[in-house]
Amino acid sequence: MAAKAGRPGEGLESRVEGFNERARVAVKDERLRSAVAVHSKNTIRNRNAALSALPDAPELRERAYRIKQETMANLDRHLERMASAVEKRGGKVFFANDGEEAVRYIGELARRRGAKLITKSKSMATEEIELNRRLQEEYPELGLEIVETDLGEWIAQLAGEPPSHIVAPILHMSRHRAAEVLSEEAGHPLPPNVEDLVYFARERLRQKFLSADIGITGANFGVAETGTVVTATNEGNEGLVASVPSVHVAVMGIEKVVPRLEDLAVFLRLLARSATGQKMTVYTDFVSGPKGEDEPDGPEEFHLVLLDNGRSSLLGGEFEEALYCIRCGACLNVCPVYRQTGGHAYGSTYSGPIGAVITPLLKGDEEAKDLPHASSLCGACWEACPVGIPLHELLLRLRRRQAETGISGRAQRLAFDAFEFGMRRPGLYGIGAKAARGVQGPLLRDGVARSLPGPLKGWAESREIPHLAEKSFRELWREGRIWWRGGKNS
Amino acid sequence: MALFVPCFVDLIRPEVGVATVRVLRSLGVEVVYPEGQTCCGQPAFNSGFFDEARGVARRFLDVFEREDFDYVVCPSGSCSTMVSRYYPLLFEETPEERGRAEALGGRVREFSDFLANVIGMEDPGASYSGRAVFHAGCHQRRELGVLEEPRRILRGVSGLELLDWEDEELCCGFGGTFSVKMPEVSAAMADQKIRALEKSGADTLISCDPSCLLHLEGRLRRTGHDTRVLHLAQVLDPGRGEV
Repeated sequence: MAAKAGRPGEGLESRVEGFNERARVAVKDERLRSAVAVHSKNTIRNRNAALSALPDAPELRERAYRIKQETMANLDRHLERMASAVEKRGGKVFFANDGEEAVRYIGELARRRGAKLITKSKSMATEEIELNRRLQEEYPELGLEIVETDLGEWIAQLAGEPPSHIVAPILHMSRHRAAEVLSEEAGHPLPPNVEDLVYFARERLRQKFLSADIGITGANFGVAETGTVVTATNEGNEGLVASVPSVHVAVMGIEKVVPRLEDLAVFLRLLARSATGQKMTVYTDFVSGPKGEDEPDGPEEFHLVLLDNGRSSLLGGEFEEALYCIRCGACLNVCPVYRQTGGHAYGSTYSGPIGAVITPLLKGDEEAKDLPHASSLCGACWEACPVGIPLHELLLRLRRRQAETGISGRAQRLAFDAFEFGMRRPGLYGIGAKAARGVQGPLLRDGVARSLPGPLKGWAESREIPHLAEKSFRELWREGRIWWRGGKNS
Repeated sequence: MALFVPCFVDLIRPEVGVATVRVLRSLGVEVVYPEGQTCCGQPAFNSGFFDEARGVARRFLDVFEREDFDYVVCPSGSCSTMVSRYYPLLFEETPEERGRAEALGGRVREFSDFLANVIGMEDPGASYSGRAVFHAGCHQRRELGVLEEPRRILRGVSGLELLDWEDEELCCGFGGTFSVKMPEVSAAMADQKIRALEKSGADTLISCDPSCLLHLEGRLRRTGHDTRVLHLAQVLDPGRGEV
């Protein structure tokens, strides 16, 4: 197999390693767990209803997978087509190999335009490369103010926290905490009810929308055929970010391109249903370039930043399917591990099963070595994925890559070498079983083991440990003791 | 048919193997137990140690590949899946072995699948007194798609009331070495199942996966529950657990 480690991408300054430690804390946070549970339950119910009302959902899922497969096979061609369509309409296209190049491009643009205020909306890719922090750190002389305008994202930004869910960024936060954060921004206390908080946010953000020099958005899809950047939102702020400032920058992961408009119809039908259970999001915006001569609205300049950041290294390899993700978050909602830990335990922009897959692929195995193990491989993520990404299989392949590159460690290697040695030799397996039965004696108390040494310690602390039977099935079979009254003896 | 008794059933819950044999024999099925068998290799495979898993899987192929075994029956959805669904992935780079794995995989049947779809068992002819919930292991549910069969069989058991329960599609949190690597998250997952079980009013938990049962039983006992925990074969066992 190809054991080469993916080229590590950039950004994500927070340490990804340490899922176990963070998860251990998170599972004791009842408030967090119940917030995640309520969200998951509602979203799954709505999603199931929306998808079952769509009779061709299974076919759509298959079509979506095939379109992605076909797109990735010729990604460079599709990107070129998209770029030339954008340029034809007067937009500029920049291909950023990594986060640093994207930051520099946007920083220089801000300098040239003398920008002071940047409004943002709807972008995981800029979270991934930590655009806000890096722009402010690397261009301090510009004195940039950068404001997230998605309500949840804005509250997270004010609180200095990263989003904890792809679709619901402040899922981890209570209404009271959100009110606290916004009260601080307001300079006076705000009541913890949604209406008041939204009203305040609207007032405050309206000023930002109107005075921003540059608007930065993400992209749910990019249509190669027409050079159109498509975003699906529920708050309508994306339209204000993309059209009010005189400059609009769309930052799009290169994998978001779809070849034709008709492909878009497949994905748009799946996206909202999978993400929130809506048939469509409230707004679906199409941007194809700066405003035309006869158009009253729109930016003077339009820039499309196509972000690679490690993605192209996955093309044609065993992890390519990770690029098929449309960021709907469905896999998070159904994942029993995510549901116990929330998103911050993953320590990465992308959490849940898809995060456990793409973070090591973009960041490198060493940095994210817990994540491929943060799954019981139950397959719920694969079942829920609207594009049919075999997420649990990709997690297995990542575990294999760790074993083959030695990241899994010597102890595990020795243990599984011994496992193989014993299991290949039935005689030895029998002797080993008898020996283990002898050893377990001292560990048992009232027939129950209370503690185990080494790696099994944590396991034994949380449950009663099954002990070995007095006689194995093999022995019972040999002794011909598998009979019952009125039944046949062996 | 040949019986595959997974290693942990052999060593920890032999009574599940015994009950499986009795049920099959009571239905007139000739049961052969190839003694050279050990394990399917799943623990190594799930941990990413494919080389080691292949070593064990080769032994499995050698033992069960015999022509006269029309079916290989296993009282574990998870171990059945390992052979029928994951061996082809395990041997994806060696076409000859992959072919062998696919051929054998087609003959491997999880216990309830074999009862319902191969023998076509109509009336389980068993009785049990209790209110039960059924837990489908994740592999059984999603990879094998054998979900209705065990439920249908259980509904035919006289005296047994099969209840619906909340979040029944959720993983129990075992996941093999997952429960060792992340014991706290794993226990929290088990607790969610246990809360749902309590809410359902069931006194019995039944599954076709002894590994899920061992895990949930361990957590049930630690949290002071006396819920009965049984494999489907034990519910149907004409010998009532005598060994």
